Amino acid sequence: MSDDRLSLQLRSQRGAFDLNLEAEIPLAGITAVFGPSGSGKTSLLRLIAGLDCPDEGRIALGDEVWSDRTRRIFTPAHKRPVGLVFQDARLFAHLSVAGNLEFAQRRAGPEARRFDAETIIEALDLAPLLPRGPASLSGGEAQRVALARALLTQPRLLLLDEPMAGLDHARKAELLPYLDTTLRQLGIPALYVSHSVEEVVRLADGVLAMSHGQCVAMGPVEDVFDRLEIEPLEREFEAGSVLAGKLVSHDERLQLSQVDIGGQMLELPMPTALQPGDTVRLRIRARDVAIATLRPQAISIRNVLDGRIASLTTAEGSPYTDLIVSIGTSQLKARLTRASVEALQLAPGLAVYALVKSASFDRRSG
Amino acid sequence: MPDLGPLWLSLELAAITTLILLLLGTPLAWWLARTRSVLKPAIEALTALPLILPPTVIGFYLLILLNPTSPIGYFWLTLTGDTLTFSFAGLVVASVIYSLPFMVQPLQTAFEGVGRAPLEAAASLGASPVDAFFSVAAPLSIRGFLTASILSFAHTIGEFGVVLMVGGSIPGQTRVISIAIFEQVESLQYRDAHILSGGLIAFSFITLLVVYSLNRRFRLHVG
Repeated sequence: MSDDRLSLQLRSQRGAFDLNLEAEIPLAGITAVFGPSGSGKTSLLRLIAGLDCPDEGRIALGDEVWSDRTRRIFTPAHKRPVGLVFQDARLFAHLSVAGNLEFAQRRAGPEARRFDAETIIEALDLAPLLPRGPASLSGGEAQRVALARALLTQPRLLLLDEPMAGLDHARKAELLPYLDTTLRQLGIPALYVSHSVEEVVRLADGVLAMSHGQCVAMGPVEDVFDRLEIEPLEREFEAGSVLAGKLVSHDERLQLSQVDIGGQMLELPMPTALQPGDTVRLRIRARDVAIATLRPQAISIRNVLDGRIASLTTAEGSPYTDLIVSIGTSQLKARLTRASVEALQLAPGLAVYALVKSASFDRRSG
Repeated sequence: MPDLGPLWLSLELAAITTLILLLLGTPLAWWLARTRSVLKPAIEALTALPLILPPTVIGFYLLILLNPTSPIGYFWLTLTGDTLTFSFAGLVVASVIYSLPFMVQPLQTAFEGVGRAPLEAAASLGASPVDAFFSVAAPLSIRGFLTASILSFAHTIGEFGVVLMVGGSIPGQTRVISIAIFEQVESLQYRDAHILSGGLIAFSFITLLVVYSLNRRFRLHVG
């Protein structure tokens, strides 16, 4: 495909808020637009969708220019081949679910029908909802309909604006697999706005991290989250690491699985349907990692990794010190009290044992 | 039995007025609901003016504006061979102005209630602004259209002062029901006045009953 990247050079001021961003986003898989609330994620999506017009700058999909202030080009929202899923679904109240889907189908571009209605309705399990009115749907159901509706416009790029923000935990858990499998099955490039680390790690291939209207990091999920030392981001989200590994074996009796992290083994509870040989991602929160200078014995924690301290940082006035421990080629973050660091005389270069209290599986990757 | 001509004339006048107001009032209300122009308050005030002005003031200026020696009146006279004052066409013009706020205000409220969100959704689904108006904003404002139409229609039926000044009382042309009742009372024909007045009360009540019943049904389905 020639239009394999979305190129953005944007400046847009709304009151005190200033969006200033330059990025080339490869259009493959799911790219998370990640950052704290108020960092400009939604503003960015609205500019890409054509709902707002930038003060300065250029937006282009491949060689198709959608917006260019200097050349006075502006393609209005309804002419951009973009599907948009709003945070609040925005289904049309006067139409049934089927009517909402038809609305999109009737206005789909003349390009080849890449996504046909039956496939989408089946992938998102919408058949039983079709005759119902939007008011009778749960938040998760409404978002599934909104996703189907956006896909039926046959977009070349899908934009999702925190589709799970308004949902409770159970609804999120219900919607996430739908999002994951549908987007991958259809292979549509997507920008997924989120401020949840869990969602990003679970869904995304790449990340564009934003802070105060600027792009602060971009790249594959593992790289960005390892590099992401940006204080305001870290403070808002729970610090942690993402490690890539290979699932080696299951122990059916103990309901545990072994995961190979750069030659060392981790044991984890394994309820999901992953197979030995699968590549997996693990997310380990910094506060779930303890450090020992001698290999501990007679302890309930079974996951002990050999490593070496790469760095120590203490924020001003904080009782905690954040450590980065190199485990082979991966890096693990640990949060200890300053008192522990002093008592153990921890310093860069020191060989240590990292004790992992818990880790969560994220999606099967690559 | 009194002459029912004035009744039919009133219904015809109200129907035509409502139709014209739907065509003129809808874009005006849409503009008022969505604009950020500094002109908005001025246009809103102008639209609401017929609500508070005595009908005689409107009638007086309409006479000056529409009489055959004025530019508008003269233009109409050369175009149709008929005057705008003391004619049915003149009554339609007067009624459109007089009932304008009854069409525009409920519609504006309804359009504002729809908000930007559904229209942005429509745009993101490939609907042009005109398409989005007819396929999303209008259906979502159906109660507003209903209320606005009924109020404009009923208000036109009940019009008296402006009609008297601009139209006079020409049978079959400008002698609408309110004028007929006035003249019957003046000439002490109470029996005929009773029949027309009582009929009007029944008609108005039934109309409003239908509106409120429909309104309740729509609220249950849409709201």
